[in-house]
Amino acid sequence: MGPIIVVVEMQSDAMSPASAELLSRARQLARAQSTRVVALGFGEAARGALGSSGADDAFLAAGADAYVPTQAEAALRQVLQETAAGLVLLPNTTMGMDLGAATAAAEGRPMVAYATSLAAVEGGAFKATSQVYGGKLVAEVAVPEGSVVTVLPGSWPADEAVSGTTPVRDLVVAGESPMELVRTIEPDTGDVDITRADVLVSVGRGIQDPDNLELADELAEALGAVVSCSRPVVDAGWLPRARQVGKSGQTVKPKLYLALGISGAPEHLQGMKDSEIIVAINSDPTAPIFEVAHYGATCDILELMPILTERLGGAD
Amino acid sequence: MRIAVLVKDVPDLVEELELDESGRGLAVDDLSYVPSEWDDQALEEALLLKEASGAHVSAVALDTGDVDNMLYTALAKGADRAVKLVGDYDRTLPGRQRARILADYLAGAGYDLVMTGVQAVDDLDGQIAGLLGGMLGWPHASVVRDVAVDSGAVRFVQEYAGGRMAEFRSSTPLVLGVQAAKKPPRYVPIARIRQVSRSAALEEVEAGGSPSESLAAIERLYRPEAQGHATMWDGDAEQVAAALVALLDEQHLRS
Ligand SMILES: Cc1cc2nc3c(=O)[nH]c(=O)nc-3n(C[C@H](O)[C@H](O)[C@H](O)COP(=O)(O)OP(=O)(O)OC[C@H]3O[C@@H](n4cnc5c(N)ncnc54)[C@H](O)[C@@H]3O)c2cc1C
Ligand SMILES: Nc1ncnc2c1ncn2[C@@H]1O[C@H](COP(=O)(O)O)[C@@H](O)[C@H]1O
Repeated sequence: MGPIIVVVEMQSDAMSPASAELLSRARQLARAQSTRVVALGFGEAARGALGSSGADDAFLAAGADAYVPTQAEAALRQVLQETAAGLVLLPNTTMGMDLGAATAAAEGRPMVAYATSLAAVEGGAFKATSQVYGGKLVAEVAVPEGSVVTVLPGSWPADEAVSGTTPVRDLVVAGESPMELVRTIEPDTGDVDITRADVLVSVGRGIQDPDNLELADELAEALGAVVSCSRPVVDAGWLPRARQVGKSGQTVKPKLYLALGISGAPEHLQGMKDSEIIVAINSDPTAPIFEVAHYGATCDILELMPILTERLGGAD
Repeated sequence: MRIAVLVKDVPDLVEELELDESGRGLAVDDLSYVPSEWDDQALEEALLLKEASGAHVSAVALDTGDVDNMLYTALAKGADRAVKLVGDYDRTLPGRQRARILADYLAGAGYDLVMTGVQAVDDLDGQIAGLLGGMLGWPHASVVRDVAVDSGAVRFVQEYAGGRMAEFRSSTPLVLGVQAAKKPPRYVPIARIRQVSRSAALEEVEAGGSPSESLAAIERLYRPEAQGHATMWDGDAEQVAAALVALLDEQHLRS
């Protein structure tokens, strides 16, 4: 089989944890299928990370240090054509969503998204499980040789120590890009840093109405906690972006994460599943949040919040 | 700027997801469907562009089931045109094949900008925005917000983890997977949608059959095995509150 290609993503000058996870699994799969691991990174800032990636070989696509979708896609397609890849792995991040589907479609390769496990099977193919329907169902998928797979960050641990040096080859990508980077935008830090709170009272769409946020504020005050939320609460304009937990928000690891009216979509879980204690209240007993929560209940959050606040001696 | 907004409906996750007899798919006829929430965001962003710079907006759906109401809703919200791609297919059509049918239509339909929802809850075989970009050979980006027309080109912001973002400028034609609109999607009363469905017509376009695409096959679809399932507290809100307070005390988490 051709090599396993891992597309590496950078995060503040280091390889992202999701990329390290992919490389670890790629090395195991490559051993099982008697092939090599080839890493691909973008921009000069990735050179060091590629050199110590533990891959057998690496390509560095020159160009902007920031990720530019069209340039990255041209580079990945060039690597696939040069190497006859047996498997292409990307993190299921913005980059993976862009490059995974487009490259698979352009190169006529099968594609599996949202993978949470990946194993080798006899005869050069693979098997994956994927989280679909907001995490309510799991699909077990036969992954043919040559497929593109995007993996949810945090699906398995990364190897701790990686030894050896990977030779890094510069990749020159021909052609002009129809897309140009105008500027990068740093996160808006907002009034509070939810990543530093010991206890988070986190509300989701189950809060139903912005007026009900007062109940969460009062509860948080009684608990000495901070209010955070899922993405739809931010998109509705009810809480500022800095309060958002998840894939496109913050990753938090408080002592207690109280999830109120949050379904537990993979994109949300990604930001909070390593919290020390997770308590979930959701009226739907099949909500995926209960798969990661330590304690749960199916009562109405609008009823629970004031009672809890009162029991904790807070506002009434 | 001619904009196509692609819309589809998906199983309502609030309802129980029944599996079919094969154990490889959903019992599609027994489910209830809702418009994919990210399509509402894409449509809203397109309508805001129309209001800001006079774009022409078409809502486009593949007729895999009951899509008329979705299209009438788009018209009622302010879309200029609604296109239904008709052919011999149903809800079980995999995303990859849907993408091919959509790409074949879009290739010759003269749009400058194609906007889709960033993802849908059922797209195991990749997100449509990327698939279309790859099939059409057009520039594309997903997880996008703040789309603006800028002298014939399009500017947009792409979101990454941790709240980081980047702004890009791209020539057209272009495909964007929209994460969120500048404002929450507008609401139209049902009476208005009914009225539109009586006065406006959907444009039906004959699309191709089910194309052959290389696919990864689902061998089994199942509910997550409850390995790490939460310890559930039964009872009413009072009892749950008591259990929670006891936990806080035990963990010394009361301030
Ligand atoms: C690229 C990308 C990035 C994303 N990034 C993020 C992210 O960073 N963070 C994030 O959260 N999401 C993110 N999402 C969105 C994610 O897919 C989900 O849509 C979102 O997490 C759902 O939020 P929710 O659980 O609050 O809402 P829902 O899924 O609508 O769940 C609401 C829940 O509340 C329950 N409920 C309703 N009323 C009550 C009540 N009275 N009492 C108790 N329970 C009640 C319901 O049973 C339901 O389970 C992202 C999506 C994409 C595509
Ligand atoms: N059958 C379809 N008809 C119209 N639009 C679609 C269709 N399938 C996907 N889309 C668009 O692509 C988005 C992402 O869906 P997907 O990635 O296929 O799950 C949808 O939310 C729609 O905007």
